[in-house]
Formats: sequence, structure tokens, C-alpha cells
Amino acid sequence: MEYFLQQLINGVTLGSIYGLIAIGYTMVYGIIGMINFAHGDIFMVGAFIALIFIVTLGITASLPVALLILALIGVLIVSMALTAAWGWTVERIAYRPLRGSFRLAPLITAIGASIALQNFVQISQGARNKPLQPLISGGFTLTDGGADGSGFIVQLSYTQILIIVVTVALMIGFTLLINKTSLGRAQRACEQDRKMASLLGINVDRTISLTFVMGAGLASVAGLMFLLYYGVIDFYIGFLAGVKAFTAAVLGGIGSLPGAMLGGLLIGLIETFWSGYFSVEYKDVAAFSILAIVLIFMPEGLLGKPEVEKV
Amino acid sequence: MSVKSDNFFMDSVKDAAAGGLIALALFAVLIGMKAEVASGLGGQLGIVYRWGAVAVAVAIVFGGRLLLNLFVWKADTPVTQTAGSLLPNLQSFAPLGKYAMPIFLVLAVVLPFLLMSAYGARGSRQYLDLAILVTTYVMLGWGLNIVVGLAGLLDLGYVAFYAVGAYSYALLAEYFGFSFWICLPLAGILAAFWGIILGFPVLRLRGDYLAIVTLAFGEIIRVVLLNWYEFTGGPDGISGIPRPSFFGIEFTRGEGGFADTFGLEFSSIHRIIFLYYLILLMALITNFVTMRLRKLPVGRAWEALREDEIACRSLGINTTNTKLTAFALGAMFGGFAGSFFATRQGFISPESFTFIESAVILAIVVLGGLGSQIGVVIAAIVMIGGFEFFRGLEEYRMLVFGLLMVIIMVWKPRGLISTRNPSITLSGKKGKGISSDLVQEGHG
Amino acid sequence: MSSWDNNPVLTIEHLTMRFGGLVAVDNLSFNVGRGDITALIGPNGAGKTTVFNCVTGFYKPTEGRVVMNRSNGEHYLLERMPDFQISARAKVARTFQNIRLFGGMTLLENLMVAQHNPLMLASGYSVAGIFGLSSFRSAEREAVEKARYWLEKTALIDRADAPAADLPYGDQRRLEIARAMCSGPELLCLDEPAAGLNPKESAELNALLQYIRKEHDTSILLIEHDMSVVMEISDHVVVLDYGEKISDGTAPEVKDDPKVIAAYLGVPDEEVDAVEEEVGL
Repeated sequence: MEYFLQQLINGVTLGSIYGLIAIGYTMVYGIIGMINFAHGDIFMVGAFIALIFIVTLGITASLPVALLILALIGVLIVSMALTAAWGWTVERIAYRPLRGSFRLAPLITAIGASIALQNFVQISQGARNKPLQPLISGGFTLTDGGADGSGFIVQLSYTQILIIVVTVALMIGFTLLINKTSLGRAQRACEQDRKMASLLGINVDRTISLTFVMGAGLASVAGLMFLLYYGVIDFYIGFLAGVKAFTAAVLGGIGSLPGAMLGGLLIGLIETFWSGYFSVEYKDVAAFSILAIVLIFMPEGLLGKPEVEKV
Repeated sequence: MSVKSDNFFMDSVKDAAAGGLIALALFAVLIGMKAEVASGLGGQLGIVYRWGAVAVAVAIVFGGRLLLNLFVWKADTPVTQTAGSLLPNLQSFAPLGKYAMPIFLVLAVVLPFLLMSAYGARGSRQYLDLAILVTTYVMLGWGLNIVVGLAGLLDLGYVAFYAVGAYSYALLAEYFGFSFWICLPLAGILAAFWGIILGFPVLRLRGDYLAIVTLAFGEIIRVVLLNWYEFTGGPDGISGIPRPSFFGIEFTRGEGGFADTFGLEFSSIHRIIFLYYLILLMALITNFVTMRLRKLPVGRAWEALREDEIACRSLGINTTNTKLTAFALGAMFGGFAGSFFATRQGFISPESFTFIESAVILAIVVLGGLGSQIGVVIAAIVMIGGFEFFRGLEEYRMLVFGLLMVIIMVWKPRGLISTRNPSITLSGKKGKGISSDLVQEGHG
Repeated sequence: MSSWDNNPVLTIEHLTMRFGGLVAVDNLSFNVGRGDITALIGPNGAGKTTVFNCVTGFYKPTEGRVVMNRSNGEHYLLERMPDFQISARAKVARTFQNIRLFGGMTLLENLMVAQHNPLMLASGYSVAGIFGLSSFRSAEREAVEKARYWLEKTALIDRADAPAADLPYGDQRRLEIARAMCSGPELLCLDEPAAGLNPKESAELNALLQYIRKEHDTSILLIEHDMSVVMEISDHVVVLDYGEKISDGTAPEVKDDPKVIAAYLGVPDEEVDAVEEEVGL
């Protein structure tokens, strides 16, 4: 029981991170119908930027709590802005010139951008992984029963709480942004029919750019969370996290924001439980198999709209 | 006129300055501040500042953008246009395809002798190795071209079949002591078999979904190879894979070896030359079969499938079988190439079969121009040859490679050779090439 | 009992197609006479294309039977067959409302693809073909001759080696018919063949369809909005409205059916004018 609960908590935490990345995939796929292959690497860039600021500002666990939180929020904002700039640049250089062209071309440039980003960070930041001392220590220990060892002990760390709370807050804010603002409306219009949207005076290029910017911003939040949770990053974390987040987006139904979040949670849970109960070595096989199974048997995902074949 | 040119210059500078500013924002952190585990901090991270490098990077962006603005993007007569008119136009090459192919062929056949006479046995070895590498990629590109270029099925996990071929040979040789010449067809058959197994469930998927599932399958195979320690040796791989013999004659020194049998002086280059001709022959067979199939009903059905699947079904074509044959054939050639790779290296491990390999092969096919056989050759020479050319830059190679993929694609989205030749004509003459704008790219 | 009920090439019995709550076709039964040109007409959204998609296997009907009776005496239950076999074995070919050609392939190649199955057999499933055996080469020559025949019939022979996507609209429509005919059908289903054609092209189309029916033992089932085509060439007209059959008979019979007139007048559409003109209201 305690083992199960512990895995559940860990799974939800991991799932939140995947969900945040998945939103970037789902939004971009929704609006221009392409897999932004470089998105996983944008997440990695976000994690690096956050790491650099944390080290530069000398943020450590020894700071007073209020100051620590304030500093982390500052790091979050700056790294969101800078990561968003990276997302914007990738779109501007690698995707925009190919808009309306041949569908395979942006896929190839996306793979190229992904390779370039990975190697850029490898060169500029070094290939060795970067360990970070834990910033937030402690947490709740949920116990039941006496000290004789018959009860269970489950750890819920402050970091996990932080990750889950931030994710939920961002999700709510984001859903409001898409559903209530004119930017969200423009975005949904572009999803439906880009040509018509531009005839109605929507700046399609700008809307698409903003989509990339928002996706990259969320990915950088995920990057910071990943850094706080695991305490170590390297230039290669983007690939696997990217594929899993894409799986999450597909599982939830690509193009659907709640779907991305739900898919993220499910993938996080499945991965944690699989490692917890079966084998750690094959946890990636589990994620990839789910991706294949979902796409084959349920290509519209859990919350997506089914695609009707027009004859 | 002068007013215009003033504005033009100022605009260019402004634009370049904007680019420089953005570059500053991007590079200041990632280049300028390197997080390093510093000595003396007890294993903690410290920051090493490198503002000089940032300045260089920003200057490159500013200067590059300014030059591009002045001479290409905003200029009345872009330099590229002038330069392009000096260089022979690639499009005008397309009808010359029938000359290009024989020229490449003759060059490929005499290459070892050219190299030997120019650099001697010792000096030509590295160039021959490079030629073998390029030819391997040409063969892989031709194999994948069946799937992506003709049938229009986007396969991002092609390296899986390369791996299946390599491991089939290595394991068959290790467990049963089979020779290369027995294993080669077996490896191809096994890879084709896996192509069908993996292909069957995914073929009703459309668009990028197919790409992602094939990517997932490729990764699954790699992770299994990595973790199934007892059978595949896991990350240690398999070593001591037997080298190929010249139809039973080993490339060894002394009695009964290749050099002895043919009365030559022993040289290790003989084996390399043999390997080169082996892969060249395998690649040419791939090309021959593909070109032949294109003119057969199955090849035409592949292309029709790429154009419009629903219309294919309305004409009585079994689309599932048609797609599976494309998948299986592509996989088979991948498997052949894989067993060649294993015998050449003598050692294989899952390291060699990462997603990047799939991406490189796909890039060769797409950059060459989907469906174009000669395009694959040119792209493989440019990408792989160019890649090796940058060996001196070591760590920058992959960065340059990724950037090249982006730049070439933006420059020529349809690939270098982008006309399609009809598979049959009423007049019996070689038909006029069909512009790629009319050709569909498939939905899978 | 009308002539088309005696020896029907296609029998549709109690066909029903539901999409969720929407009933697109409701308990529809009619026969397509052998050697007839049968027209399926009705206002927009009446369910005509849905019937076509059920006949050609792109939809599986919710209920009902669709039986193809081939001239060699074989019967096929089309609702149970995979779509590609309906063309390959039951010999039903179709065209599409929004033309579906292989645009990047030449006209000749389009017609060669239509002869895929016999050629595949002749090429020994590609094995004989790779080695260039003469049996395959002669089969290929025959296929080219068949393609040439249809290109001549559709007046497209001059552009045989040009890509299909380069053709003007009306030519593309004819090419689609030629391609369907190359698959050797006994029933040809045409989805709005005259849509977008000018009067001259429309008249040529009529002549082509009459010719196919007369010379090739091919029955034709067509959906059409152009009443001049319908009234001029069809032997039998079936009228659908809201997924139900409201009239069934010869062209003159249907023209005077008050239910048909009401159905068309009920829609504010240019079709109303067309029908009014035709029936002389």
C-alpha cells in the first residue's frame, strides 16, 4: 500500500512535467499540423538556462524560505523569457520559410534544429552532466500506525508539491488564455482554417509565432521543475522527455489542452508504476509501446476529435 | 537612386542589428556563462564567464545577416542569382540524369585504382574507407527511397532494419558459425520479416503519426538490444564478427590467402578494396531492383498510393499489401546493408543504431529529392562526405550537420533533384520530367 | 414490373446508413437494370453520395444488402467486401465528386494503374517482371493498347505523356472515367460527372456515356444535378430526399411526379430553376 501510494505521488509529479511539455506539442500540432521535433530540446535549453541563473545568483537551500521562493520565481520568469526567445528563433529560421510548402520539409528542418540545439548546448555547456544541490529539502511524511513498523510511511516532498501546484496553476491560466482572450480566439481560428483567418484580418504569422513562444515558455517551466526534481541535467534530456511528452499529447488527443495534461499524467503514472513493479530497464519500451498502441488503436486519443475520412 | 540606396543600406544595418540583439539574448546565457563543476568548490557548480565567445557569435550573426541583406535578400540582383547563372543549374541537370548515372558509375568503379595510383596503398586507405561509408549510406538511402520516396510512407525508424540485419549476421555467425555469404540473404529475409511485422499494424496510420510510431519501434528495438544482455551482449555489443572472404578465400597473409592465390604481394588494402566493391555491388543491385520495380505494376501502385490512396482502393488495389511490399523491400535492403556494416566493422553495439542514424538516412532521401535515385547519391556524398570533411572540427561536426539540414531544406524544400520521370510513355521515348509541384508527397 | 427489375445488375435492399443519430439513408431499395443508365437524383444532402459510398465499399451500411450480379452469373454481397475487392472481383468502378486523379503521374500511367490486378498477375507478382520475361512484356503491351483506346475515346491521346494535374477541369473528369473503364467494370458509378462542365463538354459526356453503355456491356449508375444530362440519357431515374426514395421510374414518369416537384421546390436552390425549366413550370 505504501509503496503504491509513493509511486502514485511520484507518478503524478513526473506526469505534471510531461504534461507541461506536451502542451507545446499539442498547440503547435493543432495550429500548423507539424510535429515540432525540436520542442524536447527547447525544454532542455530551458532547464540549462534555469540552472545557469540558479548558480549565478548563488541560490542555495540555505537562503531564507521567502527569499528562496522569490528568487526561484525570478529565475522562472527570466528563463521563460529566454527560452521563449529560443522557441521563437527556431520557428523563424527553420519553420516559417517552409510554411505552405511540402510537408516533409519542416519535419526535416525540425530534426535538423533538434540535432543543432543538442550539439550547441553540448559544445557551449560541456557534455558532462550538471548536478545541482537540492534547493528545497524536506516535505510531509504521511504515516499511519505505530512505530512498530506495521503502518506505512509515504514521503511527499515540498518539491513535489511545488511542481504539482505550479502545473495546476499554469494549466488553469492557460486554459483561460485560450478560451477567453482574443489571442486564444485567433489561435483557434488559425487551427480551423488558416487562410480564412488571415482573410478576416488575423495576423497568422504572429499567432503562430506566439504559439511557439508560449509552448517554449511552458517547456522552460517544465525544465526548471525537472531540474529541481532530479537535481541533474545534461544536453541529452530533451530527446526522451520530448518523445514521452509527445506520447502524452497523442494519448490525450492531439490538439486538446486538457488532453495533453491528462496524457502527461497517464504517461507519468505508467512509467513510474512500470519501473516500480516491473523493470527499470524497459521503462522506455513501455512508453514507446503505449505510443504505438494508442496510435494504432485509438489515433484520436482520449479527448481528441476523431478524424473522418472524406471520400 | 541615392536616397533609395541610403535607405537600403540603413535598413540592412537595422535589420542586422536586430538579428544581433536577438543573438545576444540567446547566446549571452548559453555561451557566455558555462556551468561547470569547479575544482575547489567541493563538486558544486560554478560559472565560467566567456564574454569574448559571445561577442564573436553575435558579430558572426550581425555580419552574416548584414551581408545577406546587402547582397541576397534585399539586393536588386542577388549575388546568388549571379552566381547561380555561372554555375550550371541543378534543374537543367535533371534531363541529364541519363548521363549523370553512367558518369557516377564509371567513377565509382575506377575509384580504388584512381586512389591507389594517387596516394598509394597506405595513403588511399582513409579515402576508401570514406567511399565505403558513403556507398553504404547510398544503399540505405536507396532502400528507404522505396518506402518514403515511392510509396510516400514516412519511416523514421529505418535504422531498426539496419540493426536487425547487422545483429542477424553477428548472431548467426556467433552461434552457428555461418559464413557471410549464407548470412547475407538470411539477414535480408529477417529484416524483411520484421518490416512486415512492424509494418502490419501501423500501415493504416496517416501523416506524421506513422513517422512517430516507426520512430517508437526503432527505439524499442534499440532498447531491447541494449538490455537483453544474455543474447545480444547489451551495451558491450558483439565483437569478433567474421570478416568476409573472397568466395572462400580469406584475406590473410601467407599460404592460401587472397594475395597468395592471385600472386599478389600481401597488403591489407586488398580487403578494403574488396569491401568497397562488395558494397558498391550491393548498392547497384538495390538500385537496379528499385528502377525495375518502378516500371512494374507494383511500383506504379506505390506511386499511385503516394498520390491518392482512396483512388487506389477504388481501382481494386490492395493498399495494405502494396504498402507492406514497400516496407518489406525497404527493410530487406536495410538488412543487407546492416550485415555488410557488421562484417566491415567486425564489432557492433546498439550505439550504432540510434535515432540520429534514421534521421541522417531520411535526410539524405529528402535532400536528394524524394524518389530520385541520383539525388540520393548526390545527397549522400554531400552529407556524409561533407561530414567527414569537417572531422577536423571534431565537436562542431554534429552542430554543422544539424544546421546544414535546416539550411539545405529551406533553400530547396523539394530536394536537389525534384523532377519525376514517367515510368512509361506512349511515345516510347524517355518522357519529360514532371515538376515536383504536381507530385504528391504521400500522407503516410 | 419494370424492365430494370427483371435482370438487375445491382440490387439494393433495405439499405440504411446512420452516422450517430443522423440517418443519411433510410430503408432504401432499388434495382439498377443491366445495360441501363440509371440516375440517382435528389436535392443536396439527400444521401446520394452516401449510397455510392455504400455500394463501392467506402462505408459499411448499418443495415441492408447490396448485391452485384455479374454477367457470368456470380453474385457478390458488396456490403461484406473490402473496398478494393469490390473493384477487383465484383467489377464495380467509380469516379469521385471531387476528382481524384494521380496528379503527378502521366495520363498513361493513370490508366496503367487502373489495370493493376491483371498486370500484377502477368508480372508473376513482380518476380517475372524484374527479369523482364516476355509474358509480362506482352501483357504490358496489351495494357498500353487498352489505355490508348480509352485515351482516344476520351480525346486525351495528345496529352498521354503529360501529368494529369496539368489537365483542364473537363479533361480531368473524362480521364477519371477513362481510368475507371480501364479497370474493366460491369457497373460504372459516376459521382456528378457533369459538374463544372460547359454545355459543349456536357454534350460530349452524354455521347461518351451512351457509347460506353452500348459498346462495352457496362451498366452505369450516376449521381447528377444537371437535369439536361439526366433527362437526356437515363433510362431509369431514382429520386432521393432526406435519405428516402420518393420516386422511381423512367425519366418522363419522374418528371411529372408531384412528390419530386415538391421536394425540389422545397429547396431554395438553383436546382429548383433547373427542374422548373425541365418540367416546364
